[in-house]
Amino acid sequence: MANLKALRIRINSVRSTRKITSAMKMVAAAKLRRAQESAEAARPYAERMARMMGSLASAFAGREDAPQLLAGNGKDQVHLLVVVTSDRGLCGSFNVGVVRAARVRIAELRDQGKEVKILCLGRKGRDMLRRDYGSMIVDTVLGLDKRLSYQMAADVGVKISELFEAGEFDVCSVVYNRFQSVMTQVVSWQSLIPAMADDDGAEAPDLGGAVYIFEPDEFEILDSLLPQNMGVQVYRSLLESQASEHAARMTAMDNASRNAGDMIDRLNTLYNRTRQAAITTEITEIVSGAEAL
Amino acid sequence: MADKVNFELVSPERLLVSDAFDMVVIPGGDGEFGVLPDHAPLISTIRPGIIDVHEGSSIAHRIFVGGGFVEVLPDRCTVLAEDAVMVADIDRALVEEDLREAELTLRDAESDHDRRRAEGNIARLGAMLEAARAN
Repeated sequence: MANLKALRIRINSVRSTRKITSAMKMVAAAKLRRAQESAEAARPYAERMARMMGSLASAFAGREDAPQLLAGNGKDQVHLLVVVTSDRGLCGSFNVGVVRAARVRIAELRDQGKEVKILCLGRKGRDMLRRDYGSMIVDTVLGLDKRLSYQMAADVGVKISELFEAGEFDVCSVVYNRFQSVMTQVVSWQSLIPAMADDDGAEAPDLGGAVYIFEPDEFEILDSLLPQNMGVQVYRSLLESQASEHAARMTAMDNASRNAGDMIDRLNTLYNRTRQAAITTEITEIVSGAEAL
Repeated sequence: MADKVNFELVSPERLLVSDAFDMVVIPGGDGEFGVLPDHAPLISTIRPGIIDVHEGSSIAHRIFVGGGFVEVLPDRCTVLAEDAVMVADIDRALVEEDLREAELTLRDAESDHDRRRAEGNIARLGAMLEAARAN
């Protein structure tokens, strides 16, 4: 029979755990709202950027002299994977999902005889990948989840562009959690280099036969637009990932609080039974003692 | 055709202006240009400077932009700005301080990358200060 004092201590400890998890849940809910708002506020820019990229890409369609950031450098020997995770844990399968997807991709690419390099955004991804692929991690950026600003994302974009120009890799893609709803976050891949016009709204507008005027000229525009676009893509995946992180944490902490509640109920029942059993034993002892006299 | 330009100004963080106006004057990479309705399709870079949005005979907004891109179509004009502030909201003291700081950064810059970035910053802050003075 479990002893009463031990049970009482255990119940108290589970209670304080529940307090912590439910506080974390509420913090995550508040942060989620903010993250969702900034993700939504950033959407118009990303959409219009995609549209402009579409217009430019159509101007370059089929031309040999397209910049490498747009069309790639024609090789795909060295892959750079950008793995977006959070700096902090306790958010369910959030980080594990991304890392698993990255592992699968790394294995695939290796089977095809390609070389893989990894850029980690966020501590958790680095910690999980370091054990198996430590030598492939070229760099890690931490502290992105605090007060994320566009400038921080742009810096990451610049870093990627510089690595590309230094010939460190040929193809670059990002893996991150896309925010679908509070309950679902989807692990998604996106290609950064070549900057293919592959997704939403990248369609060139119908000009009725007219041709764009480029000022100063299309190369110079692309020269500054492409790094900018890189920053925007990184920014967007970071925002999505952040919203997903808070959503995942909220769900995880909600589950944890509920589990703690169930556990407290069970322990309480056990505690009461034990207490009752002790009382019954005592009474029986007294009664049989009295009868014996 | 519409007799107004649908002008949109977006920065990476948010959508700042979205409305129809008579004319928009933009500091393009190759010089200032005005956009009226039915302008020919154009894509241009923007250098640090002021965007003037005209409504009737008066200026409705004066917005400072630190660089970016503009896409003009016959019925609309979209500006993707790196950072944008209403000229009236510029805090001169703050900008002056940032400028001093940027100059210090430039002096201590070690890599080419840092130096380029500091130079860009100085150009942007200088233009911002000028915009605030002109106002």
